[in-house]
Amino acid sequence: MPYAYVGKLLSVDLTTGAQRSEPLNLDYARKFIGGKGLAARYLFDLLKPGTDPLSPENVFIIMTGPLTGTMAPASAKYCVVTKSPLTNIWLDTHAGGYFGPELKYAGLDGVIITGRAKEPVYLYIEDGTAQIRDAKGVWGKTTSETDTAIKEELGDNMAVVMCIGPAGEKLVKLANISSCYRQHGRGGAGAVMGSKNLKAVAVRGSGGVTVAYPEEFLKACQEVTRKHICEDPNAEFGIKWGSPSILWWTQESGTLPTRNYQDGQFEGVPKIDATAVLSITTKRHACEQCPICCSNYVTITSGPYAGTKVDGPEYETLTFLGADLGIDRLDAIAKAHLLCDEFGLDAMSTGATIAFAMECYERGILTPKETEGIELKFGNHEALLAMIEKIGKREGLGNILAEGSARAAKTIGKGSERYTVHVKGLELAAYDPRGSPAMGLCYATADRGGCHLRGWPIGVEAMGSTGSYWMGPALEIDRWGTKNKAQLVANQQNNYYAKFSLEICDFGIWEDEPMSYLLWTATGFDEYRDVNAFELAGERIVNMTRVINVREGVTAKDDTLPTRIFEDPVKTGPAKGHVVKREDFKKMLDEYYTLRRWDSEGRPTAKRLEEIDMKDVALRLPWIKPPKKEA
Amino acid sequence: MQKTLVVNLDLCNGCKLCELACSFEKTKEFSPTNSRINVHVWPKTAEFVPVVCHQCDPAPCMKACQVPGAMIRDSETNAVIINPAECINCGVCMTACPYGGIGLDKKRLVFKCDLCKGEPKCVDVCPPKAIIWAKPHVASNAIKRISADKLRVASKLPVK
Repeated sequence: MPYAYVGKLLSVDLTTGAQRSEPLNLDYARKFIGGKGLAARYLFDLLKPGTDPLSPENVFIIMTGPLTGTMAPASAKYCVVTKSPLTNIWLDTHAGGYFGPELKYAGLDGVIITGRAKEPVYLYIEDGTAQIRDAKGVWGKTTSETDTAIKEELGDNMAVVMCIGPAGEKLVKLANISSCYRQHGRGGAGAVMGSKNLKAVAVRGSGGVTVAYPEEFLKACQEVTRKHICEDPNAEFGIKWGSPSILWWTQESGTLPTRNYQDGQFEGVPKIDATAVLSITTKRHACEQCPICCSNYVTITSGPYAGTKVDGPEYETLTFLGADLGIDRLDAIAKAHLLCDEFGLDAMSTGATIAFAMECYERGILTPKETEGIELKFGNHEALLAMIEKIGKREGLGNILAEGSARAAKTIGKGSERYTVHVKGLELAAYDPRGSPAMGLCYATADRGGCHLRGWPIGVEAMGSTGSYWMGPALEIDRWGTKNKAQLVANQQNNYYAKFSLEICDFGIWEDEPMSYLLWTATGFDEYRDVNAFELAGERIVNMTRVINVREGVTAKDDTLPTRIFEDPVKTGPAKGHVVKREDFKKMLDEYYTLRRWDSEGRPTAKRLEEIDMKDVALRLPWIKPPKKEA
Repeated sequence: MQKTLVVNLDLCNGCKLCELACSFEKTKEFSPTNSRINVHVWPKTAEFVPVVCHQCDPAPCMKACQVPGAMIRDSETNAVIINPAECINCGVCMTACPYGGIGLDKKRLVFKCDLCKGEPKCVDVCPPKAIIWAKPHVASNAIKRISADKLRVASKLPVK
């Protein structure tokens, strides 16, 4: 058995019911670390380009990282990788909680699921083997009901369950996967499970994980926890307040999406900020093996939503179920958050899609006839709750919005496309690029579309973040300029892609050195004694997901931003009057391609792929000509 | 004065780092199954209960054990220790324990917390300091403080 990895993958074909285990490809693991990167390498082998994401042929991969299940801080994460039904491109979506470690204790680094079951099923994995079990009894149930029912049926309250809610069953393209009250939120992975008639995966393991250099590793875990979490000022927000504290920073820098990205500051922030959230927090809740404990379990005790108890709301939900809808009622946001969790909906894309619909309603593009009498106006929290339910059940207008804002705009027509805020079909996250041009470049080039977790240059540009880890070598950065921005984004992406392959949480360690050191001492892959190897692995993973996207048809013209970001200036705050100028964006993007050594179409080149040890991949790409045979 | 291990239920946040530190100390493997302390989780309601031996004195497990010399008390740490040379792994001690402090491992051998010879590894890794290793009166003060704080807050509420 290799160190840190448990050395085994399980493949399950739901069409035939066949299962097969295979040894983990250690050459892949060495080059692509784990989690996202490793799953990308497997997806490249297994996914036929052009596959319909909701067809039985789509590949659904659950993958852990080498540190998952060890004592490394903030490393309980694992990911789901598949082709997204929302964007039709690459999707990786990560969650914390208890599932990832339990999968490794069950003797598996990952699970690869294909096919489609004839009837609703769930998978029960116990110590390396899987049973396909009848899920008719839990079909239609919400995520928490499913979690409880499956544990009861298995007679094991220590089993860990990841499942979809009614939204995933109905193939809502905003459907998420609930993993023990954490969520694989973005990109509609829940609909992929739904399309496979797979309600849930439950896991229970009695094994363990060993590491290559136990003494060094244990010492490193303690040292990294102290230096890079407990004593790092950048980690303080997670420990003290959790993610809601980010509202203060975006509000202050004028980058808080407000009323469907029409503005960059929200007057209701004091009612929904971290102080407000902590005032109704009844318990802090940590993921497994995490010293940060960022999550706030809140209880609403009065008003129309009294009795609401939910793990959250987080920064992104406070924005997309709050500020971006003009809603300043924390109790309603908590209720909306709970509804999204129970239906199994990505609260970010669901909120952003409703924000789009609210703007359409206010502009007369949608009328009470289409909304069935719902006053879909900014600030109307009752309308929000009603729409979440309609989306979750695919009823009325909800059936249109269930496709996500980009497709919904095509159905609604009447110029509504102008008010969508997405990249490649994924609604932008809660950081307005008009106040942070590099964030714009980061959204435009992020592998899964408008995502904030593929680099976070806004910290350096607009929020005064310091520290080498935000940018690699120190770069001179002017907030509104373009100089060094492509370099900043490329550096950060290398770091983030490697980090999300190691499956370290975004709120945990940031610097490359400690991550590389943990990777080395855990796996015994000696090249990672050198931090450059870790950064190179990051670049390799960037290229790997890019290759998959190009194969799916992504071109340079898809690496762009919403019209609103280019044309509608922010109305208030420090970013007032700003847009991302098209010429600035083009300059940054061209520079970015050059830095990446991609061609002008944004395609990885044979030369660079060979340099970063991906020749085997390069040889299989249609846009790369095979080398001429010598005569 | 000998220190004692006390668990503060209110502070546990469910991170389970104690399980990994314990299993690693005992088996050089990260494996909750082999941990002498286990955190039971009710995730829906965010409730967490660490389950571990409280080294009772007199101890119901020792009373229940009918095999001479199989359970002994460590005079240094006051820990109840299983003596593998005599233990017949019947598991009666486990059923006698009122707190779930004793377990059977995968090989069906009885195992329990031995306080790591006076340096319990779960204590230092616990981020919210829910596991206390202190002199008895100091440990009990830490627990009392939590209750005192609840009273302090409650007494400020307006009288209906």
